[in-house]
Amino acid sequence: MRHQSEYREPERVRSLVEAIAGRCRRPWTLMEVCGGQTHSILKYGIDRMLPEGIELIHGPGCPVCVTPLEYIDKAIEIAHQSEAILCSFGDMLRVPGSRGDLLLARAEGGNVRSLYSPLDALQVARENPNREVVFFSVGFETTAPATAMAVWQARQSGLLNFSALVSHVRVPPAMEALLDAPECRIQGFLAAGHVCTVMGVSEYEPIASARRIPIVVTGFEPVDLLAGIYRCIEMLETGRSGVENEYRRMVRPEGNPSARDLMAKVYRVIDRSWRGLGVIPESGLGLAEEFDEFDAERRFRLSVGRVPEPADCQSGRVLQGLIRPDQCPAFGERCTPEHPLGATMVSSEGACAAYHRYRLPG
Amino acid sequence: MCLAVPGQIVSLSESSSAERLGRVSFGGVIKEVSLAFTPEAGVGDYVIVHAGCAISALDEEEARASLAEFAALSGLELD
Repeated sequence: MRHQSEYREPERVRSLVEAIAGRCRRPWTLMEVCGGQTHSILKYGIDRMLPEGIELIHGPGCPVCVTPLEYIDKAIEIAHQSEAILCSFGDMLRVPGSRGDLLLARAEGGNVRSLYSPLDALQVARENPNREVVFFSVGFETTAPATAMAVWQARQSGLLNFSALVSHVRVPPAMEALLDAPECRIQGFLAAGHVCTVMGVSEYEPIASARRIPIVVTGFEPVDLLAGIYRCIEMLETGRSGVENEYRRMVRPEGNPSARDLMAKVYRVIDRSWRGLGVIPESGLGLAEEFDEFDAERRFRLSVGRVPEPADCQSGRVLQGLIRPDQCPAFGERCTPEHPLGATMVSSEGACAAYHRYRLPG
Repeated sequence: MCLAVPGQIVSLSESSSAERLGRVSFGGVIKEVSLAFTPEAGVGDYVIVHAGCAISALDEEEARASLAEFAALSGLELD
């Protein structure tokens, strides 16, 4: 396939690996932020191609994984209301809340549907005018534009039986929170390429200059990842900080202006709780006041309060890059994709699921 | 919900509400997606799609330039 196979060519991969080895003098620890990049790294064994001393730690960039338990519980509570149809991405249906998941809610009679896009929920709402159709939307700045468009279109077309349970998150404040953590080992970031297609690169400049670290916008194929790693190491070796874009075929410096415009209209920036990381100031997107009527949290009276994390799941430490998934005592034993203890094993983008798929011994 | 690979636009369709929709092929698997955020993209162009919306169109010139740059920094000669 064009624009895919050329970024997987073994000869290109090999020569970049050699270039990295030639450039690297000291050990460095880099974090790739995005769960999609974590999967590529493990699938292609990128981490094992790197010189000894170069460590990749896996960031919190899996939207399903960082969605707090109370939102799962809120979605389940909505699904149990007789007039509601609760829709979400397929992965969200399997994430355990404090008592079961959305699939269980469906088995118990709740109307729960798996959809590919929040825009599809508009069609469900049109077809079911006597039901309340709710889209439970999670994700970073990549999926937030789709939810914004669904809410916008619902208002434009007067589709009042549609609402959204919004748990969107923003990447830059999470990167700052990780850097501020006392145990932080991150010396350079590979920034999430597709988040930057929407938001551009300007949000990262202040982080790079205040923390004096390199942030390299990186794509998802082996050649992209290796080029990003090369650039990051080159900057570290020469003592440079700043933002570099190694994914220019997709990422414009200004991002996607029309998506950003619509997001600015539909959302407001709020503090948000991240699973495993706690509350991070200004790290969330909630619906702006003028879209209150499409906010499922206002439309439904929900009883869910704060919900503690399950004690035997270490996903919080995994999401901060403090332990590798296979260093968790439950990994592959009490915690598997079929019987996950926490979200990092449930989601196909989660770091634990990636290790289970690509790194299970045997 | 997150697809890391670009898909190619195979057709554009007009919708009643003037939304810009298109059919996008991901290695032969066709999905209908909103192209409202990528007004510049037409049939044959590659786009990145998240949750049913194209969020970026691939810049062919930058793709060529990047591959050349990656090859140059590793001293590789590829045509």
